[in-house]
Formats: sequence, C-alpha cells, structure tokens
Amino acid sequence: MAQGIWIVAEQRTGELRKISFELVSEGRRLADQLGQPLTALLLGSNIKDKASELAKYGADTVMVADDERLATYTTDAYSSVIAALAQKNEPSIILLPGSVQGKDLAGRLAAKLGVGVAQDCVELSLEAGNLVAKRPIYAGKAYATVTFKDSVPQIATARPNVLVLNEPDEARSAEVVDAEFSLDDSQLKTKVIEFKQEAGGKADLTEAERIVSGGRGMKGPENYKLLEDLADIIKATVGASRSAVDAGWRPHSDQVGQTGKVVSPNLYIACGISGAIQHLAGMGTSKVIVAINKDPEAPIFQKADYGVVGDLFDVVPALAEQIRKLA
Amino acid sequence: MNCVVCLKQVPDTETQIKIAQDGVSVVTDNIKWVMNPYDEYAVEEALRIKDKFGGEVTVVGVGPKRVTESIRTALAMGADKGIHVDDPSALGSDSLGVARILAAVIKDLDYHLILCGKQGVDDDYGVVGSILADLLGIPQISVVVKLEVSEDGKSIKAHREVEGGSLVIEAPLPALVTAQKGLNEPRYASLPGIMKAKKKPLDVKTIAELGLDAAQVGEQGSKIKVLRLTPPAERKAGKLVEGETPEEKAANLAKLLREEAKII
Repeated sequence: MAQGIWIVAEQRTGELRKISFELVSEGRRLADQLGQPLTALLLGSNIKDKASELAKYGADTVMVADDERLATYTTDAYSSVIAALAQKNEPSIILLPGSVQGKDLAGRLAAKLGVGVAQDCVELSLEAGNLVAKRPIYAGKAYATVTFKDSVPQIATARPNVLVLNEPDEARSAEVVDAEFSLDDSQLKTKVIEFKQEAGGKADLTEAERIVSGGRGMKGPENYKLLEDLADIIKATVGASRSAVDAGWRPHSDQVGQTGKVVSPNLYIACGISGAIQHLAGMGTSKVIVAINKDPEAPIFQKADYGVVGDLFDVVPALAEQIRKLA
Repeated sequence: MNCVVCLKQVPDTETQIKIAQDGVSVVTDNIKWVMNPYDEYAVEEALRIKDKFGGEVTVVGVGPKRVTESIRTALAMGADKGIHVDDPSALGSDSLGVARILAAVIKDLDYHLILCGKQGVDDDYGVVGSILADLLGIPQISVVVKLEVSEDGKSIKAHREVEGGSLVIEAPLPALVTAQKGLNEPRYASLPGIMKAKKKPLDVKTIAELGLDAAQVGEQGSKIKVLRLTPPAERKAGKLVEGETPEEKAANLAKLLREEAKII
C-alpha cells in the first residue's frame, strides 16, 4: 500500500529555490488531510545542511541524496535516482516544481514509473484520498481539473508563485536520512558543460512578484529604459508582448503569453500593450493588473484592476517619480 | 544525419476557447487547426541540420484525418516524408499514449536526432518528448533555444533557458530535443515546395499495424482523467484612474496601489 507524500526540492548551486518551500507547504496540507507523513527529497552535493530549511516549512523527513554527480541537475541522474527511491518506498504522491527543471524531471520520472503526470498545477486537493489537480490549458484560456488512473505514485508539478507559503517555524525539525541509491555512470549520458547566470540577478518572469511589461506602444527597443527605471524602483522584472519580441526589441525569454511565459505575479503593469487574446491568457492570473494605454478601447482594460488612459511616455516616468516619493 | 520531427496539430492561438456541453472537452466547430507553433521550430531546425549534414527528415503525426494538412505543411517546408497514425482508438490518448504511439513508429526508423516542440499549445502538458525519450532509451534535452551538432555528427550541444540563466548541455546521439521559441525563424513553404510536397510519401498507419494493443492508447490507456473543464475566473470590473494630466493620473495610481491594493 502506497504511503506518504514526497516533494522534490529544487536547488541551484547549493541554494534552495522558493518553489521548494511552496511545495513543502502544500505537501504539509495534503499530508495532514491524508494523515500521512511528508518527505522532502533533496538531491545535490554537500547539501545536507539545507535540510533544516525544508523542515521549517513542514517536512517530517528530509531524504538526502548526496553525490558529486547530483551537484547540477541532469535529467538522467535525477530521474533514475528518484525513480529507484520511489519504487522502493512507494509514496502515494510526488510533487515537483513547475520550473523548467521540474517539468523536465517529472516527465521522465513518470515515464520510468509508468504513471500519469499533471504539469503546472495551480490547485491541488484530495477526493476520496486521491490527488485532484487543477491546471491551466491553452495557456490559461481554460482550466482542466484532472485525476489519475492506475498511477502509483500520482505525480504533479506546481506552478511557482501560486501555492500558499507556510510561515516558517524555526522550532520545527525533521528527521534527516541518507537516501540509499546507486548511480550507474554508463546511464549518465547528458553533461552540463556551462551555466550562465543572467546578469542583474532579477527574478525570472515566472517567479517574479512584480512585472512591468511593454508592447508595441513602446515604439522601439530604446524606450524600454523607461520600464527598466520603473522596474528598478519597485523591484520588478521587465517583460514584453509577442509583437515587441517579434519586432526584435526584446529577447524571446521576455515574452509573456501563449507562446511565451505564463506568469502570475502580485502586480502586472502592462504598458502600451493592447491585450491580444494570447497575452491576456498568459498574465490573466496576476493578482493586480495595471494597464497604461493611449487607446481607451484596448482589450487590456477589460482585464485591468486599474486602467490609465494616457500616453505611457508621460505616465510611466511620472509613476516612477511618484513611487520614488512614496518610498 | 536523419532527423525525426514529431508533430501535433492544435487550434490556432487566436482561438477563443469554449467549453463543450459535456464539460470535459472544448468546442471544436470552426476552429482553425494549425501546426503546433513549437513544432514549427522543430521542423525548421531539422531542415537546417539536413542542409548542413545531408540525410532525411521524417515527420510523424498522430490524430484524425485533418492532421494530414500539418504534415503536408512540413513536407512543403522541405521535410522528405511523413507518417500519419490515424486510428479512432488513438483518440483521447494522454501524453503517455501519444508517446507510446510515436515510439512504436520511430523505433524502426534509422534516426540520429528526434525533435519535438517543447509543448502543445493546447493541453500544455509538455511531457510527450520526455516520455518518448525514455521509451526509446535515449537522452533528452528540453526547452532548447540553440542547437549545435558536432562536426563528426556524433553529439549535440544544446542551450536551454532556465529561471535566471541558461545552461549548455552535451549529449551523444541518438538523442531527443524539444524546441523553444527563439531556436530559429521557421521558413514559409514556397509555392514549388507546396507542389513538391504533394508527391512526397505520406504513410498512414493504424494502431494494430504498429503492433500496439488498443488498450494501451486512447482513453482506455490514459493515466490522466479529465473531471471537468472550467473557464478562468472572471476578473471584476476595474476602475479608470482619474486625473487631468499624466502627473495627476500617475499620482492617483500610485496612491491606489499603495492604499487600496496595498501592493507597493
């Protein structure tokens, strides 16, 4: 009988990412409802001292797989270690980060275990002890609520920035155990040869709490300086619409929308973005949406909590100035 | 260097999604079906590899009759042959079911590299590539924005974006990569290309011909069951920020964000 909920923590260069704590928090809620223990899996190299951080958010046990070959994520090594551990321990549910890495891992892990996987979930619940996952489809134009068939464990990835984070309890500790695993070098075919950190250290769009985004109304790449200035003041990440990216004004990685990134920040400020259906799908779950646009008929205003009809070239610098004064 | 590209046909991204009466599917009347945008990058990359190294590009698609159009589009862009798995028992397959079908087709092909889009822009699962790679026992590199094949044609170096940075990953061939926007600019099919495509081979196969059991695919073989589809939450009507001048509007907006939304 499968027993227990697992979450797979995500670390990069030895630091745990926020989604790891979101997963422990959610895993704790589900574990309490099921009356089952919560185990956090931590893979890396010399990583054991990070276990206490996962305990604070609610993990009962932290299972650590410590190996030089696990220092940096590779699909081969991580999926084979976790699949073997899951086969041995038979958890009923495994939750992973809905990050680029987590989604890559979840697919391969599900394949190895021959079970279903629900990607990018925004809501997790239990019905008769089974995992029920709500996830966006068509980039958020609709939502699918799904359950699993013939799947032990049930595997889901959770979108960053959506699940409720527990208050860390400094007094809470977890049992830390060494995972028993073996890694066959002949099975490790992919090799990471370089990691390039993005300059500036800004949060990725998918993890950002605030986003300032610009569209065709920006008129050219040079004008994004205005948005960057505002973003600096409110600690936001700069995004773009598809038309701005296709015009070559901004890199592809900045695109928000159906063929770009789907984001859910606390604050989304859309500047000179009319609001094509693909864009609205990609940012529609933002908690507060501000639209600044010259055209009062722009569809973006139907999604915005606060609309400013005006020229962004006047309004954006004035807003930056006002917020600077408030600070 | 032989490449295989896996194709999905999806509703154009302009499509308004309406939930059907049954509550578990979307209304497909009047939908404009197109090649999945991420698969276009996969096709283009395969063609560029062929231009440089020679070899053949085979396109594989699963789905009803209409999927032929997308396969023909890829042939018109320059792919050499198409394989279309058209079988009623394949309908309703989840990612595992589709990957099983693709694996059954591809395992007998002489291939070096498999390219898929990073995800279908309909269901957004993004796992068919990973499952397919696992079923074939080959390495995968997903969400690739730059791909280099080594001069000896034995390995690849792929650049992938992750949150806050990018990685360069090396893998021996055969391997599978999934394409992200930014990988390339897909070409348009030329008129001569479209004419030529009509004469290129396009095999249609059934589940039985692939040696698969119908119970392993379609709704029967699916590990995921859709309970219901729902529209996104309605956003309540927002307010227009008042003010005579841009400065006044900006001041009022800042005040609302601070005092009402409590967000800055």
